[in-house]
Amino acid sequence: MVSFLFKRLLQSFVVMITVALIAFSMFRFVGDPINNMVGQDTTQQEREELREKLGLNDPFLVQFGRFTLNAAQGDFGLSYKYRVPVSEMIFERMPATLELAFVSAIIALFFGIPLGVYTALKRKGILSKFIMTMSLVGVSLPTFLTGILLILLFGVMLRWLPTFGRGDVIEIGSWTTGFLTVSGLKSLILPSITLALFQLTLIMRLVRAEMLEVLRTDFVKFAKARGLPDRAVHFKHALKNTLVPVITITGLQLGSLIAFAIITESVFQWPGMGLMFIQAISDVDIPVMAAYLVLIAFFFVVINMIVDLLYYAVDPRLRADNE
Amino acid sequence: MKLRHGLMAAVAAAAIAVAAPVAKAETFKYAFQGSLSSLDPHSLNETFLLGTLGNIYEGLVIYDENLTVTPGLAESWEIVEPTKWKFNLRKGVKFHNGNDFTAEDVVFSWQRALSEGSDQKVRAAKIKNIEVVDDHTIIIETPAPNPILTSDLYFVYMMDKTWSEENNTTEATSPSADTTGNFANLNANGTGPFKVTEHKADVKTTFERHADYWGNMKSNVTRIEFTPIKEAATRVAALISGELDLVYPVPVQDWQRLDDAAGVKSLAGPEARTIFLGMDQGRDELLYSNIKGKNPFKDIRVRQAMAHGINLEAIKQKVMRGASTPAGLMVAPQINGFVAELNTPYAYDPKKSKELLAEAGYPDGFEVTLDCPNNRYVNDEKICQAVVSMLAKVGVKVDLLAQPKSKYFGKILATGGFDTSFYMLGWTPGTVDSENAMSSLLACQNAETKVGLFNLGNYCNPRVDELTAKVGSETDQDARNAMIKEAFQIVKDEVGYLPIHQQPLSWGVRDGVSVVQRADNILDFRNVVVGK
Repeated sequence: MVSFLFKRLLQSFVVMITVALIAFSMFRFVGDPINNMVGQDTTQQEREELREKLGLNDPFLVQFGRFTLNAAQGDFGLSYKYRVPVSEMIFERMPATLELAFVSAIIALFFGIPLGVYTALKRKGILSKFIMTMSLVGVSLPTFLTGILLILLFGVMLRWLPTFGRGDVIEIGSWTTGFLTVSGLKSLILPSITLALFQLTLIMRLVRAEMLEVLRTDFVKFAKARGLPDRAVHFKHALKNTLVPVITITGLQLGSLIAFAIITESVFQWPGMGLMFIQAISDVDIPVMAAYLVLIAFFFVVINMIVDLLYYAVDPRLRADNE
Repeated sequence: MKLRHGLMAAVAAAAIAVAAPVAKAETFKYAFQGSLSSLDPHSLNETFLLGTLGNIYEGLVIYDENLTVTPGLAESWEIVEPTKWKFNLRKGVKFHNGNDFTAEDVVFSWQRALSEGSDQKVRAAKIKNIEVVDDHTIIIETPAPNPILTSDLYFVYMMDKTWSEENNTTEATSPSADTTGNFANLNANGTGPFKVTEHKADVKTTFERHADYWGNMKSNVTRIEFTPIKEAATRVAALISGELDLVYPVPVQDWQRLDDAAGVKSLAGPEARTIFLGMDQGRDELLYSNIKGKNPFKDIRVRQAMAHGINLEAIKQKVMRGASTPAGLMVAPQINGFVAELNTPYAYDPKKSKELLAEAGYPDGFEVTLDCPNNRYVNDEKICQAVVSMLAKVGVKVDLLAQPKSKYFGKILATGGFDTSFYMLGWTPGTVDSENAMSSLLACQNAETKVGLFNLGNYCNPRVDELTAKVGSETDQDARNAMIKEAFQIVKDEVGYLPIHQQPLSWGVRDGVSVVQRADNILDFRNVVVGK
């Protein structure tokens, strides 16, 4: 167990370093940060001094080494644009993204699983076919477009829901939450639906496929033969057996919900980490970009590791191999 | 298309509003595409940042609706000697924390603007020394006679010395970590009509009225909320849905939509920014061209051919939806020194253009690359595309390189070694005076005297150079304007640049809200009146 954990940790470390390296080498193609940091009247000499001071003239590997060393100590430097520590900025924006991702995951599961079961059971029904067609639209519509369409319908035409932002938030310690105010909850609806749509259709299709598979197996046939009611057969026996892959996928998708929130956040001006990242790109705010990418890599690595550990706990064969 | 004359309508509406007594709380909510990156008035020399902070902090002078210099924290001033100005400071002015504003604060603010991380050094360097006569009288000494000192000082905002010392923020906030003073980055204490009550850099900033404000203003607003909204579609939707009172900028193509929607309207006016094309006249061999061993742009006939080959009227009608003002001069009408008779654009004449090219030895034209931003100016890339197709008709084959501003500026400015042979740029003289455009754009590049730094193609004429230097220190207005005119005439005759137009300001407002759309694209809260 210990050696397994150690191996995984080592791998995770290599992944993080690689992500950081790739990210860092891309920054040189984003543009020159200095022009975003000074006004048009600032002299050439002052620009050069600033560049020197920020260490932008150093060779690539020196800059990368310095970044890794500082990051390992939890220091991501100051944002070029906002002149505040990047770690502070990230912690300020993390609640917004996590709450959004959490609600989206709930929506995706809450609607995805029942719809998947339904379409599997009533394979030939008209409603099932309609749902399946709509799900195709769901996977193929770009998030940006979905967001804008929802804004136009519910924000501009019907005026039921706010079109941007997070509404009023309440601070609980260092965490800000929108769950406790009416405007906060209202603001959550459109962005979380936008973000959930893709996952919802994915889960639905996955559950449907698994259900169809399981419904063909012998134990379901036997259960039916025993005269168990349909409800018990479908939900107690069949659904339970489909959920193992669903849980795995959902766990992994949580990472991508956080990472893919970028587009949803920028459409709804949702003040989370994704929006911060996209603004950092246009401002060439290198410390923010670097920290964000490393953090997202960290999320993925941690989630993957937990999933692996769960396998280890669930599947006795893994343990047997190691002994 | 209905284009409203923002300024006049707003002034009229505001005049009515002033007459009515207002006492109840009015909230005004607005959004801009960028965020308020800092509250430190010395941190970044950026129009939006300084313009917004101009509601919290104030300088010795302030601009009125027409960008005319009016008394601010200085009640009056006089020139004692050519290099000495006496300023009488306003009495009874209170900072937001209740402290009194005195001469000490002026000296302190000036020194802070000169500190390490400051991006206001250029402006602060217009002052050589400040002599404190008494608490409300100072004498400012300039390094050389400076006819436009007051304009130069508009953006040098006054901070409270005591407050800054108490909070250890006596130096400007800097992106490099080795300076102190982050307090003023996130907190503010000025003399302006509004104070900051909450500030989350790229999320939301709220302002409340400063009860002890010294001035009279027409605004009836007591609370202001600012949100940055990056996506134009979201910004426009937020306005139409009634959640916001004002958004800017609005994409030109959305004007019709705003005018068709109930309860909102578009507000357009001329901006003081001139958009132009520059040509490399410095290098002996043109970069990115099929012509080897020489530089076609050094030949005046080629430059004339370029000027006659671009149809500004078509750009106005097709690209800018009729809302731009075609230009023949490098400064806008709002800028001091503007010469109306020189502002007629070069005539569009493709036939003449071809003849000139043939005469210059390029009967089949030549190839060149045009550098263009795609997220900096109004419809910047579309303008460049139009120019490319127009020039193709006269035989000049232009390869368009349109990039995001970070990459584009990194390439064409001094930091990138002026790596361009043909480029688009926009310029607003921060001082609202032609001298700024002359010394930045028209004078020969000179790293030592720090002029011509944005003359990326190094257009160079000794007489213009000489005039620029003189204009910088000539205090007689008539003589000065004559010199400016002479310089502009030379540049125009020599086709030093290809001016395109003044781009439109494009705002969207809710009905019942009146604002003044200043030509420098600054929203002054003093002029915001919210009605029903």
